Amino acid sequence: MQAFDYIAAQTLDEAVSLLAAKGDQARVLAGGTDLIVQLREGRRRLELVVDVKKIPDVNVLSYDTRNGLTLGAAVPCHRVYGDVTIARAYPGLMDAFTLVGGTQIQGRASVGGNLCNSSPAADTIPTLIAHQATCVIAGPGGRRELPVEQFCTAPGRNVLGNGEFLVALRLPAPGPRFGARYLRFIPRNEMDIAVVGVGSALTLGDDGATVTAARIALGAVAPTPLLVNEAGAALVGKPISDATIAQAAAAAQAAARPISDMRGTADQRRHLVGVLTRRTLQGAIARARGETVSHA
Amino acid sequence: MPKVHVQTRINGEEIDFLCETRQSLLEILRDELGLTGTKEGCSNGNCGACSVLLDGVLVDSCLVLAVETAGKDVSTIEGLATPSQLHPLQQKFLEHAALQCGICTPGFIMAAKALLAKNPKPTEHEVRYWLAGNLCRCTGYDKIIRAVLDAAAVMEKA
Amino acid sequence: MAEATAEYKVIGTRPIRPDGADKVTGRAIYGGDMRLTGMLHGKVLRSPHAHARIKSINTAKAEALPGVKAVVTAQDFPVAEDRIANLGEMAVNVKLLSNNVIAVDKVLYKGHALAAVAATSSHIAEEALGLIEVEYEVLPAVLNVLDAMKEEAPLLHEHLTTTELGQKTDKRSNIANHMRFTLGDPAQGFRDADIVIERDFDTATVHQGYIEPHNATALWNEDGHLYLWTSTQGAFVVQRQTAEILGLSVSKVSVTPCEIGGGFGGKIAVYLEPVAAVLSRKSGRPVKLIMSRIEEFEATGPTPASHIKVKMGVKKDGQIVAAEASLMYEAGAFPGSPVGAGCMCIFSPYAIPNMQVDGYDVVVNKPKTAAYRAPGATNAAFASETVIDELAEKLGLDPLDMRRLNGAKEGDRRVDGPTFPRIGYMETVHAALEHEHYASPLHGPNRGRGVASGFWFNVGFQSTVVINVNADGTVSLVEGSTDIGGTRASIAMQAAETLGIPYEDVRPTVAGTDGIGFTDVTGGSRTTFATGYAAHEASLDVLRQMKERLARRWDSEVEKEFEGQAERASVQITPDDVLYASGVFKCAKDPSKTMTFKDVSAQMARMGGPITGRATSQPRGIGGAFATHIVDVEVDPETGKVAILRYTAIQDVGRAIHPSYAEGQIQGGAVQGIGWALNEEYVYNTTGNMANTSFLDYRMPTTLDLPMIDTVLVEVPNPGHPYGVRGVGEVPIVPPVAAVANAIYRATGKRMTQAPMSPGYILSKLNE
Repeated sequence: MQAFDYIAAQTLDEAVSLLAAKGDQARVLAGGTDLIVQLREGRRRLELVVDVKKIPDVNVLSYDTRNGLTLGAAVPCHRVYGDVTIARAYPGLMDAFTLVGGTQIQGRASVGGNLCNSSPAADTIPTLIAHQATCVIAGPGGRRELPVEQFCTAPGRNVLGNGEFLVALRLPAPGPRFGARYLRFIPRNEMDIAVVGVGSALTLGDDGATVTAARIALGAVAPTPLLVNEAGAALVGKPISDATIAQAAAAAQAAARPISDMRGTADQRRHLVGVLTRRTLQGAIARARGETVSHA
Repeated sequence: MPKVHVQTRINGEEIDFLCETRQSLLEILRDELGLTGTKEGCSNGNCGACSVLLDGVLVDSCLVLAVETAGKDVSTIEGLATPSQLHPLQQKFLEHAALQCGICTPGFIMAAKALLAKNPKPTEHEVRYWLAGNLCRCTGYDKIIRAVLDAAAVMEKA
Repeated sequence: MAEATAEYKVIGTRPIRPDGADKVTGRAIYGGDMRLTGMLHGKVLRSPHAHARIKSINTAKAEALPGVKAVVTAQDFPVAEDRIANLGEMAVNVKLLSNNVIAVDKVLYKGHALAAVAATSSHIAEEALGLIEVEYEVLPAVLNVLDAMKEEAPLLHEHLTTTELGQKTDKRSNIANHMRFTLGDPAQGFRDADIVIERDFDTATVHQGYIEPHNATALWNEDGHLYLWTSTQGAFVVQRQTAEILGLSVSKVSVTPCEIGGGFGGKIAVYLEPVAAVLSRKSGRPVKLIMSRIEEFEATGPTPASHIKVKMGVKKDGQIVAAEASLMYEAGAFPGSPVGAGCMCIFSPYAIPNMQVDGYDVVVNKPKTAAYRAPGATNAAFASETVIDELAEKLGLDPLDMRRLNGAKEGDRRVDGPTFPRIGYMETVHAALEHEHYASPLHGPNRGRGVASGFWFNVGFQSTVVINVNADGTVSLVEGSTDIGGTRASIAMQAAETLGIPYEDVRPTVAGTDGIGFTDVTGGSRTTFATGYAAHEASLDVLRQMKERLARRWDSEVEKEFEGQAERASVQITPDDVLYASGVFKCAKDPSKTMTFKDVSAQMARMGGPITGRATSQPRGIGGAFATHIVDVEVDPETGKVAILRYTAIQDVGRAIHPSYAEGQIQGGAVQGIGWALNEEYVYNTTGNMANTSFLDYRMPTTLDLPMIDTVLVEVPNPGHPYGVRGVGEVPIVPPVAAVANAIYRATGKRMTQAPMSPGYILSKLNE
C-alpha cells in the first residue's frame, strides 16, 4: 500500500479544514471497508486519511417518533440494527443494513460511508431514497442539506465539494400505515455486490388500500442510484392492486439504464428490476398493514 | 515517514507497538507481535480468516488500520483457551471434526464466539447467516455448524 | 462418538486429531507464519499482458530504492534444459516448469512472473515492483480452447508440435496432444443402438479456492545449502522441482513442510520456492514470499475450461451399447492438462462394450492448469452424466435404475484398458435407491431432484514410515505426508490397531525431506491408503523385532533348563512361536512365558537396544472410488437462482478409518462441486484479463448457500489394503455438477449444457 498521513480529527471544523487543505488528496475514514481496499489495490492514491470516528456529530444515533432518525455518518451498520427501537421502526432500512458485506463488514462499515463511496450498486442508498433521507453536509461554507437522491452524481462520485464531508443522515419518522422494503438480487445469499437493488416505500390511506404516497428507488441499473418518480406516481391515489404494482414495475424498468458487466447483463438487470419492484412493493404493503416481514 | 506509537490492549494485556499508518491490524498482529493465529486469506474482507473482536465487535482485521486500535480492546484466537482448558467452541470443533486444514478455524471460532455472546441460542439459520462472511473450502460447513450449535448448548448449561 | 466395531479396537472410532489443540488455538505454524531472523519480504512482478515478448527489463531504479536488498529476473536462474525429468510420481519438462516459475523471453498469460524483489518490508517490495521497467511487444492472445485449436490461431510456443495418437509430429500447433482410447467397435455399437443422443457441453475455468495463499520461505546458506519452508502437498516434490530448476543436487535442498491451509491439487507444483531461493542467495538473507489473492487467481494452477462432446447409444431395454466422447481441455500456457484422466474416467462407472474417447490437450494464454481434486473428471462427468440422464428419460427409466442396469462391476473393462478389481459402484447405486432421501416426496413448483455418479482411480505411489518405540510403551511415528485433512489421525489409528496399543499412545509427526524417506504427495486420495499401509507395515516390523527379542530371551531360558538334554532341539523357541494379541506376547510352546508390549519397551536397552520399525510402501492394490449423489433443488423462475434444498452423497470408502474425516472429505468435495455447478468461473475480458480476481466475484459457496450435506459411507473393503481402505478424497467432487444440472432439468424442463449454471444462464434458458 502507498504511504499516507493519518490524522484522527477531534471536531467537525478540524476535519473540514484538513480536507479543504488537501483537496482530492485527502479522504474521510469511517469504517474503512471500502477505502482500505481501494488503497491496498492502488485504485485510489491519497496523501492524507482523516479519521472522523472521534467527532461526536458523526456518531449520533437517535430516534423519536416526532423528529425521526438522525444517523451519524460514521455509525457502523451493526450499531443501527442493534438498536431495538430503531430496528423496529425502520425494517425497510434494516433489510439493507443487515446485508452489507457480511457480519464482519457490518462491524465497521457505516451507512454514511456506503453513501459517500457512491457505488451505483450500494445497498443502503435505494432504501434511504425510499425513506426520504436528507444528507447533512459540513464544509468550509458551513452546513447544507440536500435530499439523498441528489447526492450521487456518477459512479464513485458525489456532490461533496472541496473540504466537505457528510455529517449525518436524517430520516422522517414513519407515519401510520407506512411500509418499506429493500431487496437485491445476488447470485449467492450473502457477500455479493447487488446485481440489482430496489427500495420501495409507500403509505396507505385510512382504508388500508389506497396509496397516498410511494417512492421507488433502484440500485445498480444506472450510473447512480435512481429515484423513479413515474413508478411511485403509478401507485398514488389508487387502491393498490396487482395491476398498479405491474404498472409501477414497468415504469421502473423503463427508467433503468443498466449496463452489461461481469455481474450481469443489461437484459437480465432490466428483467430483475421488474421482479424486485413487484416483490418489494408486496413487502412494503404487508408492512404498511402491520405484518412482519423478515429481512432475509 | 516516522512510525506511530500505538497503545492498545490485546487479549487483556497492555501492548504497545510501532507501526506505519498503512499497516493493517492483521499485519501488526502477524508480523510485529508474533500473534500468527489470525490468518490472511484475501486481504479485502471477503473470507473472514482474519476475524478478530475489536471492543467486542466482530471485524476483519485486514480492514482495520493498526493506528485505529489505539486505546481499544482486541481479542484474537490466542486469548480464548485458558492454560489448562480449551474454550467450548475449540473443544467442539475438535470433537465434531469441524476443521480439516484448519486455516479458516481461528476466524470461524472468533466469529462464533461473537455470535454466541450476542445470541446464546441461535437457530441453524441464524448461525449460517452470521457466519456467511467466513469462507471454508475444506468442510462444506456441515460439521462447523454442528460444532457451533453444540458449543452453544454446552455454554448455555454452564 | 462411534464405537469400535467388533472387528477393530481403534479403526472406525472418532478420536480427536493429534494436531487439534494447535490448530484451534492458532498455534500451528503455517507457511505464512514463518519468521526467521533477518528475514526479508518478497514480491513478484507479473505480466499485465496475456501474450507478449519481453524486449527488456530494467531493474536499476528498483534496486536503488532504500530497503530493497535484491532484485532478480530469469538472468539469475540457470538456463533450463528442454528435457523430461522423472521427479518421483510425475515426469515434468524442466524447461516448461522453469519458464512458468519465471518467464524468459515471452510472457504467456496475465500474471506470468518475470521478476521479483526482496526488501525489508512487503510494502517496500511492492513499491519496488512499480519501479521495474519492462518493455513488452504485445502479441495477439488466444483465450478459448476452440479458438486455440483453429488453423489460424496465434501460437503460444515456437517449438510445440502436436503429439498425435502417441506419435510426435512436426505440425506446429496449440494442440500439444491428441490421445485416443478405444474399446470394441463403436461404429457397430451405434448401428445396433435403438436411441442415440449426441450433446455438446462447455465448462469454465475454476480455481481450487484454498483459503491459504501460496507461500515460500528460503534460506540459501553461505555453505551453499538451500533450506525451504513452504505450505505444500509434497515436500519431496518441492525439493526435486526446485533442485531441477536451480541446477542443484537434491542433497543440497532441505524442505520443511509447514502446516498447509488447503491444496486440493493446487499446491504441488512449485511457483514461489525457486524465486525465494534465488532472492535469498542474492541478498544473503532469508526471504519469504506470500501470494496475494489476485496472484492466486492469475498465476497459480486453476482447472481447465473445456468443450466436451458426448454421444451415447442405448437399446430399448436400457443397455448402453456404445459411447463416444471428445474432450477438449485448456491446458493453460503450458501443455499438461488432466484431459487424459478425464478420458479415462468419463464412462468408467459403466460397463459399455464399445467406446472411443478422444482427448485434446490445448494451450491458451491463461495460467497453466494444475490438478483440482479428481482432475479432469468433473468436467467429463458433467457431460456424460447429463446424457445418461437424458437417455434414461427417453427410455422411461428411473435414472438410478439406468445406472443399476449398466453399472460397472469387478471384471468390467475401462476404456483405457484395465479391468476393475473388487469395486463398490453398484453398492452406491443400491444405497441411493434405498435411501430415505430418494424415497421422500419433493413437493412444490420449480423443484427437482437429480442424481449423478462418478469415478476416480486414486493412486498408490510411495510412502515411508518410521516408528520409534519409547521406553514407556508409547511410540513416535514419523511420516512424510503433510496433513491437510486429518491424516495424522488416520495414519496413527492404523499403527495403533496393528500394534495393539491405544490410539493415544501413538504420536505422529510429519517430517520434511531431512527427516523421513521419500514420500509422494498428499493427494491422489493416497494418504490414508498408502502412508497408512506403510504405517501398518512399520508396525509389523516393530512387532517382528519384539518377537525376535522375546524368542531369543525365552529360548535362552529354555537353553538353561534343557542344557545338554535331547529334548533341547524340540523345545527351541523361534520368533514364529511368539504370538501377539491385545498388547501381550505369548509363547506358543509355553503359555507361562508372556510379556506385555509395555514391558518389552521398558526393557529395550537390556534386550538389544532401541527398536525402530520401518517400512516403505508402493501399494498396487488401489481400489478405485465410486460415488453417487442425490440433490434436490428449487429454481426461482423469475431470477434463475438455484437453492440447494437437500444433498446426499453416497460413496464406497472401502473402510472408513476415521469416519468423521471420511465424511468431511465427502462433504467438502461435494460443496466444491456445488460451487462449480452454480457460480464459480473465471470471467475473462477480451484482452485476457481475469475480471473477477477476488472472493467477492469468484463466488464460492458460503454457509448461507447450503444445507447440511448428508453422507453415506458404503464399505466394500479394498482387498489391496490391510484394512480395506479406498482413497476417499477426490471422487466427491466428480458427480455434483451433473447432479445439480439434472435436478435443474427436473425443476425447469431445460437441459443445462454449460457450467456454471449461474442465474443469468438459467434465466436465458428459461426464456428460450
